Amino acid sequence: MCGIIGLLIKPESKRDRLGEWVTPMMECMGDRGPDSAGLAVFVPVGDGPLRRFSLFCGQPGFDWQELGQAFQRDTACQGDLSWIENHGRLISSIAPRSLEEWLSREFPSVHLLSTGRSIEVYKDMGHPAEIARRYGFADIAASHCVGHTRMATESAVSPAHAHPFTAGQDFCLVHNGSLSNPWSLRRRLEKRGVDFETDNDTEAACRFLEWRMREGESLEDALKAAFIQLDGFYTLLMATAEKLVLVRDAFACKPAVVAETEDYVAVSSEFRSLAHLPGIRSAELFEPVPEEIYSWSL
Amino acid sequence: MESVALESIDLQKLSVRQLNQFLHHEIGTQSLSRVEILNPKGLHNIAVGLDAPIRVDVRGHGGYFLGGMNRQARIVVHGNVGWSVAENMMSGEVRVKGFASQCAGASAHGGLLFIEGSASSRCGISLKGGDIVVGGHVGHMSAFMAQAGHLVVCGDAGAGLGDSLYEAVIYVRGRIHSLGADAREEPMAEEDYATVGQLLNRTGLDYSPRDFKRVASAKTLYHWNVDADQQY
Repeated sequence: MCGIIGLLIKPESKRDRLGEWVTPMMECMGDRGPDSAGLAVFVPVGDGPLRRFSLFCGQPGFDWQELGQAFQRDTACQGDLSWIENHGRLISSIAPRSLEEWLSREFPSVHLLSTGRSIEVYKDMGHPAEIARRYGFADIAASHCVGHTRMATESAVSPAHAHPFTAGQDFCLVHNGSLSNPWSLRRRLEKRGVDFETDNDTEAACRFLEWRMREGESLEDALKAAFIQLDGFYTLLMATAEKLVLVRDAFACKPAVVAETEDYVAVSSEFRSLAHLPGIRSAELFEPVPEEIYSWSL
Repeated sequence: MESVALESIDLQKLSVRQLNQFLHHEIGTQSLSRVEILNPKGLHNIAVGLDAPIRVDVRGHGGYFLGGMNRQARIVVHGNVGWSVAENMMSGEVRVKGFASQCAGASAHGGLLFIEGSASSRCGISLKGGDIVVGGHVGHMSAFMAQAGHLVVCGDAGAGLGDSLYEAVIYVRGRIHSLGADAREEPMAEEDYATVGQLLNRTGLDYSPRDFKRVASAKTLYHWNVDADQQY
């Protein structure tokens, strides 16, 4: 069992409320997934060469300042680094590949969680309510986000195994369910040069979709291929810089409920985590049907 | 006539456990026959395991298992419900004014479950003698392995209706997306019209029983068929 949540706020004037609205959603879904949690939010860094990089280091008392100084010293790139607990945020014009190489050489204990013009990913072990407090989710302002609360069933509990999973740039995915063919999918992708970071089943789905998109398909077309190629149970919630996308497997074994008002689209595993949202009494509520692609753009 | 006391219980102030303990243990010691539950907020297990002839009104949306194992009580939900509303109901009535999620009325042995809106997949799964009336549509795999009782669907039925049915009977007014293994459409008999008419009457729905189709088990799965080679 896991919990998934997502929120897209329609009017720009209300996007500073995202953290305040989504944090109780995550805390409530802590009942479905108490061992780890994660949240991906989308905040554009603007036009130009800058990208947003989310970093994670599990070492207690890790010296982020030292990493920032080393980055300035070793690379010719401008970088703006801030941090909170285990999580570092770097905004820089460095090429993603160069940053990855530099990190694995100089700071192998630091993981690159996400790369893109907008995406920022937080994930860690612990109860979701505690993680939300640790990283100050309630204060986040953004257009949209997806989150996950995990109860691990098929691979280890670690920050790397927590969702959201990312692949490529500005793409992430959270999953409730279990896949039965992640290893055959993975072997096929590895032959095509796709690298994996964990042994988690969800990572296979995430990298499969991102690989199809890199080959030129839309996310929607990639999902149509996934309906044929992914075997198992899944409710998948995905986000790009522009949209939220939701699908359920052919049997719809894993729950999902959607609430839409003129202010927001909210997705959750269970209605009770949406009950606090403003205007929920008059929201259009529905349960997504199997193998239908639901997409909401900014 | 006896006076009817109305007690309001606000789930903003009390836990679901406190509510259920009140409904299990205080009913009968008081002259209480109506209870109103405020702020259900999609919480799970509201009003489960009741065993008293009381009326319960839930003012808002309920979560999973609402009215589960109900005996005698009449529960009305003024909103939607999550998974498995009235699962394993023994008697009484559960009425949902809105929509119901998956597995509505699962394994119900008796009583009446009436969903005014639509119900999601697996409605009436493993039904064991209860009656379910759905004003709208039902999702896929409804009445899967249903053993006894009736499922009346006023709208359409999703894929795999009545898969592996036993003796329960399904009546559908709208379109059937597809029938499950061993389910078949059969002609309506006079007793079918009477059953549908009586259930529609109890729910206050104004449809003609003549508009319904009967789906029941072809009973080909009742005995092992060695020639089927696992192909059904």
